[in-house]
Amino acid sequence: MRISLTINGEQHQADCWEGESLLFALREKLGFPGSKNACEQGECGSCSVLLDGTLVCACLVLAVQADGHDVTTVEGLADGDTLHVVQQAFVDAGAVQCGFCTPGLVVATADLLKRVPSPTDDEIREALSGNLCRCTGYAKIFDAVRLAASLS
Amino acid sequence: MTQTATPRTLQVGKIGELVPRIDAPPKVKGEFAYASDLIVPGMLWGHTVRSPHAHARILSIDISEALTMAGVHAVLTHEDVPGKKTYGLEFADQPVLAIDRVLYYGESVALVAAEHPEQARRAAEKIRVEYEPLDPVTDMELATEQPDLHPERPTRGHGYFDDQRPNVVRHMLIKHGDIDAEGDVSVSGVYDIGIQDQAFLGPESGLAVPDGEGGVDIYVATQWLHVDRAQVAPCLDLPLEQVRIHLAGVGGAFGGREDLSMQVHGALLALHTNRPVKIVYNREESFTGHVHRHPARIWCEHRATREGRLVNVRMRILLDGGAYASSSTAVASNAGSFAAGPYEVPNAFIESTAVYSNNPPCGAMRGFGAVQTCFASEAQMDKLAAALEIDPIELRLLNALKPGDVLPTGQVITGSMPIAETIRAAAALEPPPEEALPRDVLRLPGGAGNTTNGEGVHRGVGFGVGFKNIAYSEGFDDYCAARVRLLADGSAEIHCAAAEVGQGVTGVILQVARTELGIEDVRLAPGQTSTVDSAGSASASRMTWMAAGAVRDACRAALEEQQRRPGEEVDVEKIYRHARTTPLDPETGQITGERAHVAFAACAMKVVAEVDVDLGLTRIVWIGCAQDVGKAVNPQQVEGQIEGGTAQGLGLALMEEIQTRDGLITNASFTDYLIPTALDMPPVESVLIEDPEPDAPYGVKGVGEPPTVVSTAAIVAALRAATGRELTRVPVKPDDICLVSDT
Repeated sequence: MRISLTINGEQHQADCWEGESLLFALREKLGFPGSKNACEQGECGSCSVLLDGTLVCACLVLAVQADGHDVTTVEGLADGDTLHVVQQAFVDAGAVQCGFCTPGLVVATADLLKRVPSPTDDEIREALSGNLCRCTGYAKIFDAVRLAASLS
Repeated sequence: MTQTATPRTLQVGKIGELVPRIDAPPKVKGEFAYASDLIVPGMLWGHTVRSPHAHARILSIDISEALTMAGVHAVLTHEDVPGKKTYGLEFADQPVLAIDRVLYYGESVALVAAEHPEQARRAAEKIRVEYEPLDPVTDMELATEQPDLHPERPTRGHGYFDDQRPNVVRHMLIKHGDIDAEGDVSVSGVYDIGIQDQAFLGPESGLAVPDGEGGVDIYVATQWLHVDRAQVAPCLDLPLEQVRIHLAGVGGAFGGREDLSMQVHGALLALHTNRPVKIVYNREESFTGHVHRHPARIWCEHRATREGRLVNVRMRILLDGGAYASSSTAVASNAGSFAAGPYEVPNAFIESTAVYSNNPPCGAMRGFGAVQTCFASEAQMDKLAAALEIDPIELRLLNALKPGDVLPTGQVITGSMPIAETIRAAAALEPPPEEALPRDVLRLPGGAGNTTNGEGVHRGVGFGVGFKNIAYSEGFDDYCAARVRLLADGSAEIHCAAAEVGQGVTGVILQVARTELGIEDVRLAPGQTSTVDSAGSASASRMTWMAAGAVRDACRAALEEQQRRPGEEVDVEKIYRHARTTPLDPETGQITGERAHVAFAACAMKVVAEVDVDLGLTRIVWIGCAQDVGKAVNPQQVEGQIEGGTAQGLGLALMEEIQTRDGLITNASFTDYLIPTALDMPPVESVLIEDPEPDAPYGVKGVGEPPTVVSTAAIVAALRAATGRELTRVPVKPDDICLVSDT
C-alpha cells in the first residue's frame, strides 16, 4: 500500500506492506534511521517519535496508520548544524555513551519540556521511565534534562 | 550524580581534561550509523533459523519448500559452510550452523536470505528440521555426572588441571599457604547468582558485502575486529586478507559482543548470493544470540582470628558455562583469582569450576567472574563482622590489600592497590537524610506499585568493596597496535582498531594523540582490520590502558621519524604490550612467573536502601562510590562508567535474570527481562581515587568493570541491613524478603 505522510515538515511517500511498522518504514524505506530498533515491542522507547505531536513508539504504530499524518523524528529537531537545546544538553552533560537510546530520549525529553518546562526530578524520572538506557545509569541524562530545562 | 551540568567550554582535549565526545553530536541527531542502520543498494535480509530445543539430535533438514518461497535467494545449512565448520573465541567447539545436534535453545541451524525481512522469516518457517529431543543437562551440580556434551573435550591440553569428570570446561584450584589453617572464628554460607544478560540496546547486526573477487567486507558491531576475522576467515575458507572487518556503530557491548553473532552467517549468505546481506536480530533473538553472565553457586567458609584478621578463605565456585566454551575458562580463573576479595589472605583453598550444560551459553559480561565472587565474599565479610562484633568497614580496613601483599595466587602486588583509601573515601560519603512519610508514591519502595503509605518501610545501609584484574591474564599475548600518520597539512591521522562500544575509547585515543603531538587537528580513522594490526578486545577494562600505550608510542615514534625526515609525511605503526604474564600452575593455582594478572582496579560503595518488608518491594535511595581509577583520562566519562556500571550491578541485585525451563529461555524480551529504568536508579555520588598505576601509560587504569563488580554486593548488603534477612541469592525477589523465613 502506498502511504503519504509528513516527516519533519516535508512530504514523503513509500510503498509499504501492511504488516510493516512505522519504525521499519522510517528506517528502511524513508531514509530516517535515527529512530532505533532496540526491542520493537514498545518497551524501550528507542524509537520514540511524535505522531501529530503525541509521543509514540514508532514500533507500535503500523506504517499504514501514519498515512496522512505528521511525524517528527529525532532528525527533525536540529536546525541544520545548530542542535536543539535538548540535543546540546545531552552532549554537554555527558549523557551519551553508546547512544542507541539517545534519539528516543532526546525526543521524549523535548516532548516533556514542551509540556512541563521546569520539571521536578520525580517528573523527569517518571517521564523518561519508558526509555531504557543500558550505559549511563541515567544520572547524566537527568543532568541533561535539567540543563535543557534551565536553558529553554 | 546529582550535579549541575558541565559548562560547555571546548578545551584542547589533552589527558585529564573534560572533553566532549566527538560522537555525541551525530548520536543526538540520529545521524550516527549503527550496524543496524546500514543500507546499500541491492541488499538482502538474512534470517537465522534457531533450535526450539535445548538438546536434540537433528535427523534431517529439508529446505526445498523454503527455497521456492517468494523473494528467497538462498537457504543455507552446515553443508554450505565451505571451510571450518566450528568456531569459538578460544576453543572452536561451536558449529557455524548445527550439524547433527543442537546443544542449546536458540542455536543457529539454518540461514535464509530474501528481499524483505518478512519474506526471510516466512521462508524460515518452511524449513523442516526433524529433531529427536534428548534429555537436557540443566543442573550445573549434576553436570559432572551426566553424559559428556563435548566428549572431545575441547579445553583439554591447554595447561589446565586435568579433570576427568564429564562436562568440565575448566577446574581451577588455588592452594595457598596452609589450606587447613584454623582460625578463632569461622563463618560459612552458600550463595547463588542468576544468569544476567548484557541487554545492550543495539541488537546484534551487521552487513556483509561481497567484493566480487571472492572476498567479503563485514560491517559489524563487535568488540574485537581482528579476533572476529581470525574466526570468520577459516569458516569461509578464505585467507585473512580476503575478509575485512569494519567497525559499524556499536549500541553497547558489555562483553556480549566478544563472541561472534552474525559475522560468519552474513558472509556466507553474501558470498552465496553475491549480494550484500544485512542481518539484524530482534530482541528475542538477541537474548539467545549472545553469551550471558555465568550463573553461579558458591560455597564459602571464612576463618579469622578473634581480632578480625583473615586466616583462611575456603571457597568452591561452580559456574554454568552452558553449551559452548566461549570464555568460560578465563571466567572460571577470574572467579577463583578474585574470590577472596581485596584482602590479604595468608591461606586459601579455592576451587573454581565451569561446566558445560544445555543451558544458554555463558561467557564474558562486565565484571567477568569477579561479580559472582564479590557478592559471596562481601556477604561473608559482613557475616564475619557480625560474628566478631567488629564494624564491617573496620574489618575490611584491617584486611585490606596493599602494595607488597601477596594474592592467593602467590602474586606479589607491585603496582597500585589503594584499597584502604578507597574504602575510607566511600565510607566518608554522607548519605542523604531519611525522607519523612507520607511522601509521593514514586519515592516509596516499588514506586507506583506500592499500595501502602509506607508503614512497612525499613531503611538499611550496606557496604561493599571489590576488585578485579585489568587486561588479559595468564600468559595471553595481549597487545594493541596503533598507527600514526603525520600529514603535510600539519594534521595527524590515527589508525587504531580499538572498538568504540560507547565507553569512549575514541576520545581517549584523541586525547593521547593531542597530548603527545601537541596539536589539535587529530582525526581517528574508521576502525577496520585491513589498515592496522589488532587492538585486542574492548573488554577486561583494558582498552583505555592499551590504546593509550599504543597511541602514545606510535605518536612518539612518528615525531622522531619526522625529525629524521623533516617536511615529509610520516606513517608509523607501533605495538604496545603490557607486562608479560604467565599461566597459573594447574595443580596449585600459584604463579609460574612474576605475575598471572597485570594490574588491578578496585571500587568501594556505600548504599542506602529502603525495603517495604510487608510487600517485599525495594528502593535504592542513594549510592556513594569511591573508585580506584589510576588517572582519570576524562573525568566526565569516568563518572559515566561508574554510574552505568553501578546500574548493571543494581539490575543483577534486584531484577535481572534470564529464566529457563529445561534449558529453554522463558523471558527473552524487555517485557519479561527487566533492566533498571529511570525510576529504579538512585543518585550515584562518586569520588575518583587517583593513584597512578606505575606500569601504565599516564598511570591509567580501566574503569568500566569495578562498579559492576561491587554494586550488586553492596546493594544486597543494604537490603540485609534493612530486613535482617540473609538474602543469599541474586536477584533478590519480593518473596525472598517477605515470604521465606531464614531459619
